Amino acid sequence: MAEFALPKNSKVEAGKTWSSAGGGGNVKRFQVYRWDPDDGRNPRLDSYAVDLDKCGPMVLDALIKIKNEIDPTLTFRRSCREGVCGSCAMNIDGTNTLACTSFIAEIKGDAKIYPLPHQPVIKDLVPDQSHFFAQYRTIEPWLKTDSPAPERERLQAPEDRAKLDGLYECILCACCSTSCPSYWWNADRYLGPAILLQAYRWLVDSRDEAIGERLDALEDPFRLYRCHTIMNCTRTCPKSLNPAKAIAEIKKMMVARRG
Amino acid sequence: MQSDNRPLSPHVQIYKPQLTSSLSILHRLTGIAMVVGTLLLVWWLIAAAAGPEAFAVVQGFVDGWFGRLLLFGWTFALLYHLGNGVRHLVWDAGWGFELTSVYASGWIVVGGSIGLTIVAWIIGYAVRGA
Repeated sequence: MAEFALPKNSKVEAGKTWSSAGGGGNVKRFQVYRWDPDDGRNPRLDSYAVDLDKCGPMVLDALIKIKNEIDPTLTFRRSCREGVCGSCAMNIDGTNTLACTSFIAEIKGDAKIYPLPHQPVIKDLVPDQSHFFAQYRTIEPWLKTDSPAPERERLQAPEDRAKLDGLYECILCACCSTSCPSYWWNADRYLGPAILLQAYRWLVDSRDEAIGERLDALEDPFRLYRCHTIMNCTRTCPKSLNPAKAIAEIKKMMVARRG
Repeated sequence: MQSDNRPLSPHVQIYKPQLTSSLSILHRLTGIAMVVGTLLLVWWLIAAAAGPEAFAVVQGFVDGWFGRLLLFGWTFALLYHLGNGVRHLVWDAGWGFELTSVYASGWIVVGGSIGLTIVAWIIGYAVRGA
């Protein structure tokens, strides 16, 4: 059920305003969600001033600069800094995206940064993604076959390989799933756009021989059909993929196999 | 380390309102509004069956400024829900998922339902008089 209000322990309170970075210059304020598991307090919004003349162009550059120069306790995930690992997914300026590929210059006013929405928070900008990856496991994301293995690899025609374009690029950053209101209210049973796009990636793979079994596992009022085509997923995907389209294709496969 | 005191990160409170989610919520709201509107229709029909006096009471309410405001709202609810319903049918057929199409069809439904609501009322007043 939809719970619109945040639980008592999750309400965000006003936080500390860190003094300006030496004054003057090209200063931008970053308001960042903070939660420390050890201090027993509610989450809060801390405000940091960053001199953009001494900072890289991306939001991740600013976060690293804050951690290095202002507040070393600020906690976030990051790795590749080029949009292929999905670690620095967070809510920036109201929408989910990767900190490493979003430009500071595109944010008007103060930059507000929160963890991915409607997730349990481990610390600051780090959400607990165990449930998300447990859901990924349920779609059995590997090639399943009955036919005996050929001597070398299982071959695929170029046109069949092309069907995986727009699907294999998914980096499982969870931006789309955590932008989806339906996933916010029903994540316990609804798989969400990222996992369903992955499910479709195996359903259209010409080498996979478990289509029926895979569809059986998705034929459920919640797992698949909680998608109401809201389209927040496609709107927010930092890789410009189209999870909503993939989900629609699964729904079409469900209808088609009923004959 | 597992902590059962973990807060839930903010969601609807902080997510930027955008056309995609706004039209989805509006679809639900107009659907609910029409269910409530059906009660008025039932009241009107029962009153018509009950006799001229009862019918006059309902007519008096519907004809007042508040009644007309409600009817205007329901006209929009019906036309928006209908238009967006067609949009959903097209999606169910697998078409129109590119982001540019989603925004174009969204604005067409918004503009179309507002325009048709106004046209319906202009025709209504022209046929019936004020």
